[in-house]
Amino acid sequence: MSDTENRRPETGAFFQRDRNWHPPAFAPGYKTSVLRSPQKALLSLDSTISEITGPVFGHSVLGELDNDLIHNFAKAGESAIGERIIVHGRVLDERGRPVAGALLEFWQANAGGRYRHKKESYLAPLDPNFGGCGRTITDENGYYCFRTIRPGAYPWPNGVNDWRPAHIHFSIFGHGFAQRLITQMYFEGDPMIWKCPIVGTIPDRGAIEQLIAPLDWANTIPMDARAYKFDIVLRGRRSTLFENRPEGN
Amino acid sequence: MAQDLGYLKETPSQTAGPYVHIGLTPNFGGLSGVYQRDLGSAMVNDQTLGERITVTGRVIDGTGAPLKDALIEIWQADAAGLYNSPSEMRGAADPNFTGWARCPTSAEDGIFVFETIKPGRVPFKDGRLMAPHITFWIVARGINIGLHTRLYFPDEAAANAEDPLLARIEHRHRAETLVAGGQAPNYVFDIHLQGEKETVFLDI
Repeated sequence: MSDTENRRPETGAFFQRDRNWHPPAFAPGYKTSVLRSPQKALLSLDSTISEITGPVFGHSVLGELDNDLIHNFAKAGESAIGERIIVHGRVLDERGRPVAGALLEFWQANAGGRYRHKKESYLAPLDPNFGGCGRTITDENGYYCFRTIRPGAYPWPNGVNDWRPAHIHFSIFGHGFAQRLITQMYFEGDPMIWKCPIVGTIPDRGAIEQLIAPLDWANTIPMDARAYKFDIVLRGRRSTLFENRPEGN
Repeated sequence: MAQDLGYLKETPSQTAGPYVHIGLTPNFGGLSGVYQRDLGSAMVNDQTLGERITVTGRVIDGTGAPLKDALIEIWQADAAGLYNSPSEMRGAADPNFTGWARCPTSAEDGIFVFETIKPGRVPFKDGRLMAPHITFWIVARGINIGLHTRLYFPDEAAANAEDPLLARIEHRHRAETLVAGGQAPNYVFDIHLQGEKETVFLDI
């Protein structure tokens, strides 16, 4: 965690979460949420030092191919099958400030919609050269980038005929544990987005659109890979100096 | 018209889904060969200061069944009450303690296990000390936004009695849902997602 030491530390409490923007816990169209959602109200408190702080990861945790899903599971000289894409963007906070040193982890199905997981049994085949996980850390401007193949849609046992849109799962660490976030990225123009019960757990259309990565033609690499841009916003933190902090935390 | 505040909206959460292991603990999920070891699989080493403890438990749904596809992360102070974080302004935390770990619940019996140390006390915003606690964050299929809660210790009755967060729980019997069972060094913390024994979850 040493390569973040020259960054000016931020110690303000976080903006409250807008829980009408996020999906509610109980969203019966997504059936599994019915028995896995708390029924009692959350206990609300301003952030304490336990949430203002959080783990920060150095580049030493990363391997050379960790942000290249086309090759990080492939046999030497081979590569994953599918539409080659670059996914890139910035991690910002609600104040628009870049979040440097943020660890991003991502996972996805292969081009046919098949996950490499021992509990997954969809009949679409595995790709022997595709694992489906990657990770990276944002630079000083909050920028990240990885290379992968575009995942396929896949069916799941919710309704009789529910299919997930093509998506990539993202897990993000900011600087405070209160910023911890897991979400999913969808692809511009995919008609499956508006049929999906998991997307539909989000009540606000504008919030759903925040999860849809546009085709970024300018960053497409000719004769190689198209690009999608996906910016991520984490909770902001208060900047006021007038905080009651007798212990200096 | 007043000035535009110019704030962005937080990226909305989505469920981690049933295959969260692929991304966060690939070796556990049967995907080996990409990462040497799963991140967050060890938070202590031989030099870590403090009292070694083991925390085990389950995440239980509204029918009483344990989740076999949940993923838990914990975050805590070191034995001296310092966090291993750039936002920790009070001093340098134990370099041999990460303060953070993650563990999936077992696919067989739904149990999670953390080998850690008992945290020291840290101050609340007004300077009062909070009781020793470990922050828990739970994600799984069917959980649309990660659930925050805290484990407190059953052998810290005096500290728990003056803890500012526990004191905020209006229905006093619900505060017990945050106090682990078992005894040193083996604590048990079952998290109930809904129903009569529902754990207190935090918006913090």
